[in-house]
Amino acid sequence: MTAVPALAVEDLSVEFRTRSGTVKVLDHVGFSVDKGETVALVGESGSGKSVTAFAVMGILDPAGRVTSGRALFGGADLLALSEHDLAEQRGRELSMIFQNPRTALNPIRKVGQQIADVLVRHGGATRPDAPRAAVEMLKRVRIPDPERRVEAYPFELSGGMCQRIMIAIALACRPALLIADEPTTGLDVTTQAVIMDLIGELAHESGMATIFITHDLALAAEYCDRIVVMHAGHIVEAAPARELFAHPRHPYSAKLLAATPGETVSLAELASIPGGLPDLRRPDLPACRYSDRCERRLDDCARPLPHRVIGERHTVSCWNPL
Amino acid sequence: MTPLLDIAELAKRFEVGNKRLLYAVDEVTFAIGRGETVGLVGESGCGKSTLVRLINRLLDPTSGSIRLAGTELADMRARAFAGNANRARIQMVFQDAGDSLNPRYTAADAIADPIRRLKKMSGASLKSRVEALADMTGLPRELLSRFPHQLSGGQKARVGIARAIAVEPELLILDEPTAALDVSVQVVILKLLQQLKRELGMSYLFVSHDLNVVRLLCDRVLVMYLGKIVESGPAAELFADPRHPYTRALISAIPQADPDKRVGRLRLSGEPRSPIDPDPTVCRFYGRCPRGEPRCSAEMPVLRTVASARQAACHFA
Repeated sequence: MTAVPALAVEDLSVEFRTRSGTVKVLDHVGFSVDKGETVALVGESGSGKSVTAFAVMGILDPAGRVTSGRALFGGADLLALSEHDLAEQRGRELSMIFQNPRTALNPIRKVGQQIADVLVRHGGATRPDAPRAAVEMLKRVRIPDPERRVEAYPFELSGGMCQRIMIAIALACRPALLIADEPTTGLDVTTQAVIMDLIGELAHESGMATIFITHDLALAAEYCDRIVVMHAGHIVEAAPARELFAHPRHPYSAKLLAATPGETVSLAELASIPGGLPDLRRPDLPACRYSDRCERRLDDCARPLPHRVIGERHTVSCWNPL
Repeated sequence: MTPLLDIAELAKRFEVGNKRLLYAVDEVTFAIGRGETVGLVGESGCGKSTLVRLINRLLDPTSGSIRLAGTELADMRARAFAGNANRARIQMVFQDAGDSLNPRYTAADAIADPIRRLKKMSGASLKSRVEALADMTGLPRELLSRFPHQLSGGQKARVGIARAIAVEPELLILDEPTAALDVSVQVVILKLLQQLKRELGMSYLFVSHDLNVVRLLCDRVLVMYLGKIVESGPAAELFADPRHPYTRALISAIPQADPDKRVGRLRLSGEPRSPIDPDPTVCRFYGRCPRGEPRCSAEMPVLRTVASARQAACHFA
């Protein structure tokens, strides 16, 4: 099987300038997503998951700056595109679902119009045709009674419905790459399951590549082909989902799994992760940003971080992996 | 033996205009024993929060009774309850520790406030009590002078817990206490809660979306759907063998890393029925239920005993 990467992020570094110093938020991050593949970015708050997505989409906060790297997508480097060219890609080829659908949708515009806007701007639809196309999109995301719902404002819909509207907007122009940033946080588990199934089916139908950002490892394992584990702006491990669950190799991945409540464990069996994220403003950040928290630290860990390939599509950045 | 909390036919109906009524909590009956941890699960809009606010006496019920160790609390107006001696006996840990702390109060002020009001303590004894609470909840004493924005998520959660246990409640209501925390911090807070329960002999009513957490922490689970309790039972049995189709759907929705365990899952389609003036002859779950037989729309199933210590409101349970 020769997989074609839809997106290849290489050597991506991002800094944020703040009053109290420069924060090295991403440090030489690299991963790829194939056509039709779903890859999860997982990690605790502050690990750099969302910043990675924002950098790829070109929507970083003005204080943030890409200091190195490329994001190859359809033969072009997204990070080098002009704002105009990038705006053409976004919406059509590149799409994003945000964490909180209620704040991401326009509160004073009917949801049908919001879908139509995207179709007209990027999908080549004409204004008269767009309302009908919007109803079609609502059907695709399985919203009951779509003819009536296109007339609704976001506040009239439940959280799960709003998230389906977001998905309809994101998928309206059949993008080649979808970035979903915690799309089900704050939704009920039953709704979460339906939304995740839906994203999976739509991705499968159209061969869309998906980056799924989450802090829920079990959710990532269920719905993603591969998992990329991030810690303090580094990718510490990347592996097929099932393999990561069965045999995590980076000490941080293993700790993260051990802290996740699952099927059989009792509370006593769950272990917390000692320490916290290092201060990313420190000028003397260690090569391995996990080393201060790590129980397996060696003298070698002060050397530049290795990038070891230890199996089929399985890499780990650690001198002393499990 | 009388249970610590005894809820009988408790109801809250809100008027929503045109004399229509929204049945937020509809004749709910259950009890919590001393030292017991009871989980309350169900999707948003099912009435969990209203039920919690009724029990916590922040909201007046339409009808029904709330007995705490034999004392009827339902007759007392919510406004008057703040100054009542029973106020200290039921306390609450709120969902977002950051939002539920006064930004102008230091951690010490936040913890001291209920003690000052309800236990009339002040001066050196108040200070030493606050320090003892900080020690109990694992909050370093040097952080007591800090404001919420200077504390991490886990530290704020500790302040919220310290404040709730400060007046030695018998019943602690926990509303998604770890929803905003990373998994590594969540573990620490859950363990702290379990330890405090053992040490202080409190009962917990634990409201959560996260069924994996409920399974770990709770002795018994109540499943709520559109204002009604549709199933209750010991946590281990309920998770192993759910009787109500809604409970089955909830458990099916837990993300499952192991593909072999994903077989036979139940997915819900459609939206819940309206809670406004619901038809008393139709099962609340009708329309979303995969079974949905004619009987379900002609006769509302009542909560009945289906096995030892287990109840379900389904004709086919």
